[in-house]
Amino acid sequence: MTDELAIDVHGMTKRFGKLTAVNHIDLQVRKGEICGFLGPNGSGKTTFIRMLCGLLRADEGSGSCLGHNVITESEAIKRQVGYMTQRFSFYEDLTIYENLDFVARMYSTKNRREIVSASVERLGLKERQRQLARELSGGWKQRLALAACLIHDPKLLLLDEPTAGVDPQARRDFWEEIHRLAGQGLTFLIATHYMDEAERCHRLAFILNSNMLTQGTIAEVTRQTRLTTWSVSGPNLVELAERLRRLPEVEQAAAFGSALHVSGVDAAQLEKAIDPYRTDEYKWSQAESGLEDIFIHLMAKAKGGSSS
Amino acid sequence: MKRWHKFSLARFWAMVVKEFIQMRRDRLTFGMMVGIPLLQLILFGYAINSDPKQLPSAVLLADNGPEGRTLLYAIQNSGYFHFVRQVKTETEGREALARGEVQFVINIPENFSRDLLRGDRPAILVEADATDPGTTSNAISSLTTLLTTALQNDLKGPLDFLSGTSGPIDLRVHALYNPEVNTQYNIVPGLLGVVLTMTMVMITALAITRERESGTMENLLSMPTRPVEVLVGKIIPYILVGYVQVALILIAGHFLFGVPMIGSLTLLLTVTFLFIVANLAIGVTFSTIAENQRQAIQMAFFFFLPNILLSGFAFSFRGMPDWAQMIGEILPLTHFLRIVRGILLKGNGLADVVVDLWQIALFAIIALAFGAKRYRQTLD
Repeated sequence: MTDELAIDVHGMTKRFGKLTAVNHIDLQVRKGEICGFLGPNGSGKTTFIRMLCGLLRADEGSGSCLGHNVITESEAIKRQVGYMTQRFSFYEDLTIYENLDFVARMYSTKNRREIVSASVERLGLKERQRQLARELSGGWKQRLALAACLIHDPKLLLLDEPTAGVDPQARRDFWEEIHRLAGQGLTFLIATHYMDEAERCHRLAFILNSNMLTQGTIAEVTRQTRLTTWSVSGPNLVELAERLRRLPEVEQAAAFGSALHVSGVDAAQLEKAIDPYRTDEYKWSQAESGLEDIFIHLMAKAKGGSSS
Repeated sequence: MKRWHKFSLARFWAMVVKEFIQMRRDRLTFGMMVGIPLLQLILFGYAINSDPKQLPSAVLLADNGPEGRTLLYAIQNSGYFHFVRQVKTETEGREALARGEVQFVINIPENFSRDLLRGDRPAILVEADATDPGTTSNAISSLTTLLTTALQNDLKGPLDFLSGTSGPIDLRVHALYNPEVNTQYNIVPGLLGVVLTMTMVMITALAITRERESGTMENLLSMPTRPVEVLVGKIIPYILVGYVQVALILIAGHFLFGVPMIGSLTLLLTVTFLFIVANLAIGVTFSTIAENQRQAIQMAFFFFLPNILLSGFAFSFRGMPDWAQMIGEILPLTHFLRIVRGILLKGNGLADVVVDLWQIALFAIIALAFGAKRYRQTLD
C-alpha cells in the first residue's frame, strides 16, 4: 500500500431527469487498497461505479482515476480498469475459453493465446474450458467473470456486488483471491450489502440516497459515529426489545443470535436508561459496535436529518 | 489519447467471431434463417387472387375512324383500364411497360375502321405486363366479352351481319415478361424481399436487444470499444446470412419453379445490399426502443405486416385503395419488389430501376440517421 491515490474524485454528480442518482460524492482510494462501498439498494452505488469506468458521463465532478482525468480520459481509464457487473454479464452461449478469448481480443492483448490459456489454468478449469458458461454454477461463473476482468492486467477493479448468490466457501475463496491481488498492488472498489464482507475491506464508504454518509477505515468510521452498544442475554428477549425500543435514549435494539444488541449515541444516557432492566434475570455486557449497528445508525440518522 | 478513438479492426473482428459462434450455437434461430425462406417459397407457390381495377394503360391509336374511339371508350368504361397516356410508337409503349409506368398498352392499328366495315376482323393488340398475373388476368378476360358488345350499337342495319358469332374484332393479347402467366414467377422474386425484410429486421433487433437484456452490453461498453465497432461487428454476420438467403431463394426459384433470370445478377446483388442496409437500420432502431426481446419481436412484426400486405407482395399493388398505395410507397420492400421483378423478369438495367432505387436509399438514410442517434442515446 502506498500513499498514491488510485481514485481521487470530487463532487461526482449524476442526474437522470429530475432524479439525482449520485449527489456530489467525493472518494479517495489509495493504490493497493480494498475499499468497501456500502449502501442499500438504489442508493447510487452502481451509478457511481459506472461513472468511474466511463459508462456514464458525469453531470458534475472532477478528479482523477489512475492518474487520468475522470471526465475527459475515460478511454484511457477503460483500458486499465476491470469492471465486474452485478449480474453475470459474459456470454452464456460461449464456452469458458471463448469468453476469455473474446475479452482478450477486445483489449487487443498481445500474446493472446498464452494469456488466455494461463488464465484458464489459474482458474483451475483446464479440463472444462470447452464447457458453455451457461452450465457453470454461481460460484464458478463469478470466478470466470473475475478471470475475464483480469485478462487485460488492469490496475483497478470495480466489483459491483460480486458475491450475490455465491455459497460461503466460494465467497471465502473469492475474498482470499482479492486480498492476494491487492497485495500485488491492485486497487479494489467493491460494492456490497454484506457486513461480514465490509469487515474484510481496508476502507469503507457508506452511501445512502445518493449522498456519501461517511468514509474511512473501519476504526475511523466506528470512532466517528461514537455509538455505544450493550449486549444483553436472558429470557423473553423479544419482549425486552419491545420495551427498550420505546425508550428515547435507545436508538436500536436488534437480536444477534441469542443476544440482543442495544445501541445509543450518548453512552451515559444510554446506561441510565437501561438501568431499570439490569436485573439478575439478564446478563448485560458492553459490546463493540458492529458495522451493522453503525450502518443502521447512520441510515436512521440520515432519515431523521432529512425529515427535520 | 486520440488514437483509442479510432475504429479498431481487431475489436471489430472480435465481435464478428463472437457473433458467428453464437449464431452457430443458437440452432433454432439458425434453422429459422434457413427454414423460413424455403417454407415461404413453398407456401406462397400458390397465388392469391384479387380483382384490381383502374390499371394504368397507354394507348397507341393509329386509326382515326369513329369505331376505334368507340372501342376505347368502352374499354375505359369497363373500369379495369385507366388511360394515362398516349404513345406514338410501339417502342415508346414497350418502354413505359418496362418502367412499370403502365400495365397495358392497347394498340389500335392503322385502317382499323376500314377493315372492320369490310368484315376483315381487324386485330387489336393488347400488350400486358404480366409480371404479376393476378393484376392483369381479370382485366384481360373482361376485354374478351367487351369487344363483342362494344360495337353493337354501331353495327346496326346494313352492317348487322358483322356482329356475328365469332365477333367483329380479333383480340390478340401479348403477355410480356411472363408469357405463360405463371404466378410463381411473381411470387418467387417477391419472396426475396419479404424474407430479407423479416430476417434483417427481426434478427438484428433481437441480437442487440439480447445483449442489453442479458447485461452483456454494459460489459462490452466498459471495455475500450467504440459503439460503432459493436454495431458493425454485430451486423456484418447478418448481412452474410441475408445473402445466403438470397442465394437459397434464387436457386430454389430457378430449379423448382423455373423462374427466369433475364437481367444482371450483379445489379440485383448490389441493389440487395442497399435494401439490406435499409432493413438493418430499422432493426437497430427497434432494438434501441425495445426494452426486451419480446418487445423487439412485436415491433418487428408490427413493421412486417404492412410490408407483406401493402408492398404488392400479397395483393396486387394497383388493386389497393389510394391511401394504402401511399403507405406502400414509403416502404422499401415495395420498391425492392419492383426492382427485383424488373431485373429478373424484364431484364431491366440500372436506368430502369433507378427511380425505385433512390427511394430505398432515401429510406435507408433516414432510418440510419434515426437509428444511430437513438443508439448513441441508449449508452447514457
